[in-house]
Amino acid sequence: MEATRTRLADGVFLTFLPARKFKTSVISAQFVVPLRRDTVSANALLPSVLRRGTVTCPDMGALSAKLDKLYGARIDGTVRKKGEAQCVGFVASLIDDRYAPGGEKLLEPVADLLGELVCDPATERGRFVASYFDSEKTNLINAIRSILNDKREYADSRLLQEMCAEEPYGIPRLGSQQDAEKLQLQKLYAQYQNLIASSRLELFYIGSAEQTRVEQALLSAFSSLPRDAVQNIPPAEPHTPPQEPRTVRDRLDVTQGKLGMGFSCGSDDYPALLLGNTLFGGSSNSKLFLNVREKLSLCYYASSLYHRRKGLITVSSGIEFENYQRAFDEICAQLEAVREGRLEDWELDAARSTLLNAYASMGDSQGRLENFCLGQAASGLSETPEELAQKVREVTLERICRAMESARLDTVYFLEGKEDAE
Amino acid sequence: MMKQTFYERTGESVCREVLPNGLQIRVIPKPDYAKKYAFFAASYGGMDTRFTLDGKPMDTPAGIAHYLEHKMFDTKDGNALQELAKNGAEPNAFTANTLTGYYFDSTGHFEENLEILLSFVSIPYFTEESVAKEQGIIGQEIRMIEDNPDWQIYTRMLQALYSVSPVRTSIAGTVESISHITADTLYDCHRAFYTPSNMILTVVGDVDPVHVADLARRILPKEGGPAIQRDYGQEPEAVAQRETSLAMEVSNPQFLQGFKCRPVWKGEEYIRTVLLGDMACDLLLGESSPLYQRLYTQGLINGTFGGGFEVLPGAAHLFAGGESPNPKAVAEEIQKEALRLVREGLNEEFYQQIRRAAFGANIRAMNSFENLAVSMTEGHFNGYDPFRFPEVFDTIRQEDVLEFLRDNITAEHAVLSEIVPKE
Repeated sequence: MEATRTRLADGVFLTFLPARKFKTSVISAQFVVPLRRDTVSANALLPSVLRRGTVTCPDMGALSAKLDKLYGARIDGTVRKKGEAQCVGFVASLIDDRYAPGGEKLLEPVADLLGELVCDPATERGRFVASYFDSEKTNLINAIRSILNDKREYADSRLLQEMCAEEPYGIPRLGSQQDAEKLQLQKLYAQYQNLIASSRLELFYIGSAEQTRVEQALLSAFSSLPRDAVQNIPPAEPHTPPQEPRTVRDRLDVTQGKLGMGFSCGSDDYPALLLGNTLFGGSSNSKLFLNVREKLSLCYYASSLYHRRKGLITVSSGIEFENYQRAFDEICAQLEAVREGRLEDWELDAARSTLLNAYASMGDSQGRLENFCLGQAASGLSETPEELAQKVREVTLERICRAMESARLDTVYFLEGKEDAE
Repeated sequence: MMKQTFYERTGESVCREVLPNGLQIRVIPKPDYAKKYAFFAASYGGMDTRFTLDGKPMDTPAGIAHYLEHKMFDTKDGNALQELAKNGAEPNAFTANTLTGYYFDSTGHFEENLEILLSFVSIPYFTEESVAKEQGIIGQEIRMIEDNPDWQIYTRMLQALYSVSPVRTSIAGTVESISHITADTLYDCHRAFYTPSNMILTVVGDVDPVHVADLARRILPKEGGPAIQRDYGQEPEAVAQRETSLAMEVSNPQFLQGFKCRPVWKGEEYIRTVLLGDMACDLLLGESSPLYQRLYTQGLINGTFGGGFEVLPGAAHLFAGGESPNPKAVAEEIQKEALRLVREGLNEEFYQQIRRAAFGANIRAMNSFENLAVSMTEGHFNGYDPFRFPEVFDTIRQEDVLEFLRDNITAEHAVLSEIVPKE
């Protein structure tokens, strides 16, 4: 991966990744701000309100007609959580100029439209169009409530909320329903002006165009972006574990229970934790998959995730309600096995190659590249996938055991059925 | 012999070969990619429960193709998932209505991984004990999807649309139906459907096509197999049930409206119908359509709204839905809009705009190795060449789309599936 990140203007950076192999080009514009309860929902609402219309394309019809004519170019609003930063903006994807049947240039018009969506929204009386605000606010509230529809996602999100209740990391990506319900038209416009003036803008390009052409297109597209004192993003706070592990239970009318377990890891040897987590529950060859699922048939899925910026490992599983204790004990036993280095010969090789394969193939997906580069830019990290791969190659079993030894059970979450529904 | 075809309008090329045992091989070269992807598929899916084997009619339990997919990973020496993962490959499999596909992607040890893939899919190894154990895992998978409102609403829509077709049956079956599966039935199904002549291997990536063919020749059985007669029943034109509703633990009401469309069997007409149905869907209710914008502005739909068109053996349906405070009103508006379009015709500029967008969407889809391999597979099973889509696309006229809407998007072909929040 030959990414270069250059400063285009005050607080505006372009990460440029040349690639000719894709059918499409990707342009992304992301504002990076601290994740905070008082601004999370307002920021999450902005891309949707902005996506409703600009000065020259004032409604959805005009916008989609323009995109359709650019051979179905897409510009999607995005809201992401990267560590304790919130990233909001748009990702545009357009077919590469080579495949435009009429030989049209598509990069410049798409970049212009992207810049317009950010800098020149449709307004009335110096605010967003009230009907756009109202309907997107309703949509945001519905989107927050709809996390309930996917019980796995719901349980995973509830675990993090409980575990990091006092930390920004516990704030969901879109904020809470209560946060969203409080949003007001006038305040949102002020928040918008503040966002585009004083937060860092990270731009990304992945495609076949020359760097100078891309720079010129983006400088021109964002020429009216206001720039004020650009605020810094503080690094993620370390997690404070409780004295004793906590257990939280929710009841819903479901047929399958969800058991989530959160561990906090004191070690800062992240390549070792990354590999330790892969061994534990990070792949379809992990101890959780092979034992909790394959050997004991306790569940369809049991996996774990390492949250590098917070030093956490979370486990997610779907089980029969009555298997709670068996699954809990087995998950703990498997973690113990990783800590003690009780591995078959192939397990460490498999975990290591899973990670190395993921790094090696990252350059094959524009979506993964953009997401990875955003994560790095948001956290002020500059390692490339190749450098991460090298660190993973160097990790020894001793380091894994030592790092995983630091994992302490912190919070247990169980989603169970309603008693009267049994 | 490998035969290579270059497709100018999409910039892709495909190498093709058919082995003496009937196995179809496709290699799509991707020189600049680190990842290599292999997809090995049988023409056998959730719909194929009734068929004829050795002259004997078979009626197998719902969910058996999916069960077999799970059990195929077991090998005499252990489990193929582990073997592949040791090489850093990411293996997986899925069962659809009409196909079962096994695949992996990896950056290194490609030929070794391909060898493992071809072996474990062609050599069944299960015991009564290992089959019984899988009931727990698949039982949990079924429980998980039963809690999923998207799955419920879609499955119930199909059950309302069809009264005979096996599309009605869930691909995974039920906890009850899978309890009847034994090692013997699994062996029978494997013998019937996992024959080289009923399968296709597609590889995407920077590989040597000749090595791929050599490997397949060495590992797979020398003999193909007889063509398998499948029984999908005689589906009437009328829908089975107009409306269906279920209360679930969800945040908002959700719905899917389905329209039973004229089925299409094989050949280039198949891909033409797929492209036509997708176009009709975009024109009628896609994001750029007047209907979408009106309903969105009125708050009757939100960003979750969308539609699609699906063709299966003896079955075809167009469907649309999402969250809505008033599903019945939206369903009615869709039918009214179809009538209006048929009556008034399409604005030519709008039609051309949608055509451009549809072309771009098809080009975009070619970024995905999985899409490429799955479309090659479906193309072979249904007798068309998916990479000829720009040429087929050229043959579609506005009148064709209007005719499609007139014939299919009508009140008598419509069903409504709803999920309402539990109190």
